Amino acid sequence: MLQLLDISVTFNEGTLDEKKALNNINLELAEGEFVTVIGGNGAGKSTLMNVISGVLTPDIGDVYINKRQVTFLPEYKRAAYIGRVFQDPMAGTAPSMTIEENLAMAYARNKKRKLKLGVTKKRKELFKEYLATLNLGLEDRLNAKVGLLSGGERQALSLLMATFTEPDILLLDEHTAALDPSRAELVTKLTEEIVRKFELTTLMVTHNMQQALDLGDRLFMMDAGEIIFDVEGTEKQHLTINDLLEEFRKRRGVQFEDDRSVLG
Amino acid sequence: MFISVFGAIESGIIYAIMALGVYFSFRVLDFPDLTVDGSFVTGAAVAAIGMLNGVPAILATLLGALAGFIAGCITGILHTKGKINPLLSGILMMIALYSINLRIMGTPNISLRNVSTVWVQLQSLWEKTGIDQALNGLLAAIGFARTPSTWAIVFAMIIVVAIIKILVDYYLKTEVGLALRATGDNKQMIRSFSANTDTLIIIGIGLSNGLVALSGALIAQYSGFADIGAGIGLIIIGLASVIIGEALFGTKTIARTTLAVISGAIIYRIVVVIALRANFLETGDMRLITAVLVIIALVTPMYIQGRREKARRLKKREALAQQKKAEGV
Repeated sequence: MLQLLDISVTFNEGTLDEKKALNNINLELAEGEFVTVIGGNGAGKSTLMNVISGVLTPDIGDVYINKRQVTFLPEYKRAAYIGRVFQDPMAGTAPSMTIEENLAMAYARNKKRKLKLGVTKKRKELFKEYLATLNLGLEDRLNAKVGLLSGGERQALSLLMATFTEPDILLLDEHTAALDPSRAELVTKLTEEIVRKFELTTLMVTHNMQQALDLGDRLFMMDAGEIIFDVEGTEKQHLTINDLLEEFRKRRGVQFEDDRSVLG
Repeated sequence: MFISVFGAIESGIIYAIMALGVYFSFRVLDFPDLTVDGSFVTGAAVAAIGMLNGVPAILATLLGALAGFIAGCITGILHTKGKINPLLSGILMMIALYSINLRIMGTPNISLRNVSTVWVQLQSLWEKTGIDQALNGLLAAIGFARTPSTWAIVFAMIIVVAIIKILVDYYLKTEVGLALRATGDNKQMIRSFSANTDTLIIIGIGLSNGLVALSGALIAQYSGFADIGAGIGLIIIGLASVIIGEALFGTKTIARTTLAVISGAIIYRIVVVIALRANFLETGDMRLITAVLVIIALVTPMYIQGRREKARRLKKREALAQQKKAEGV
């Protein structure tokens, strides 16, 4: 479903600040595969997400979504195939617009936007049904401005908006990191339910190793712009945090300089 | 007094179209667009030259609006494709338009005295209805010494502005309109939902300036001349209308906000007319009055809100003190 071939990205090339953000990345995600990505700060996780979503164009290499080459497709066009949830709960919704208007905008993701009403009676019923699955009571607040919702509610709504049109790829960029533990747990639970229900091909970046182990059926560990550890299936199911730290030391020859940066 | 207020309502309702344009850029797109000062005159210039060259008045007026639309689109392109700061894009377009307007007009001022403008044409139709005589007779009966020369403009403009308002309200609720509003609210978000924010900004600023130019074309015909300086400081008048309207009538829904903006434009004109009747104020003080009005409209709601909050907290404190006292006894 998603394929990256020989992707490299270098920032500030030729200067003292030169940084190889991604170094010859090759990966392939099968349809419906749920992958978690861990790595320290500067490992290249966000750059990877940005290359897939089209915010960044790679220096070399190609991106394929559903066998279609999208390397040079601008972000907004690629968004027709990609659902995204950001770390900042404020980023994924329009605060001064209502819940139903936000959902209507998300609904139009993979269609051509036309000069007809965005919120219709029929769609309202549909939106209500979807909102009810969040169990947050948002289905009774269709006309509330999204800016009035709490961070957790907004992130749950963002997740719904990113997924209910069943995109080919779902990108989650530390989407629970800015929430308090109980809200983070709720959004994590919703994520798992939604990804399973729609069988979405998902890439989830997280700073939380436990979350990376609990969720998904495959795990990438990144460091210095490379995927240094790729594990799936039963092998992943039996992994522990200590195994992960051990793997890191084995592959990098050094102790993880700050374990907490990965443990989160 | 009545006549000058009537005149203020008359011109205010024409300027309301301009205020809706400013609402579109400033509020909906969150784009402080100064093109307005230039595109208003562009609308007037194109309409005037068109009419002087035998183009039918309504067509000439619409051509003026189209010219404004194009000017706005260029501002949008400067910002989105040229990555120029919004404020600067507008200023650049504004000064460029000054020269362009002068080229269109050929002279700094064009008289439309002997031209068959939309208002002249409307008047000749209107006279047959006899509404003027009826309304003025009514006014005379309740004791008004002087009565308006015609009601045609007010009635026609109410209909025109109502149609524009309904179109704007509808547009902002369509799929495209929602994306446009989100562009002003959270660009990152709407881009991640597959909307081309560049195109939306270009069209949005274009539409905004189309409305402004339409207003300019109608005002030129209303006042009987097109003048190169007519647009100076207009953006502040537009903003004053938006802010006064929003402060008085609120922004709960789109329909309410657009109505507030239209009312704001009319109220602004009335306030200026009344202020100018004060002996110590001269016509040249108009811009100062505008600035003061905007400041008042911006500061007062905040002040009132602050007072309300204070009163609310005080009440709660007192209630608690009373309760404690009662329990103590």
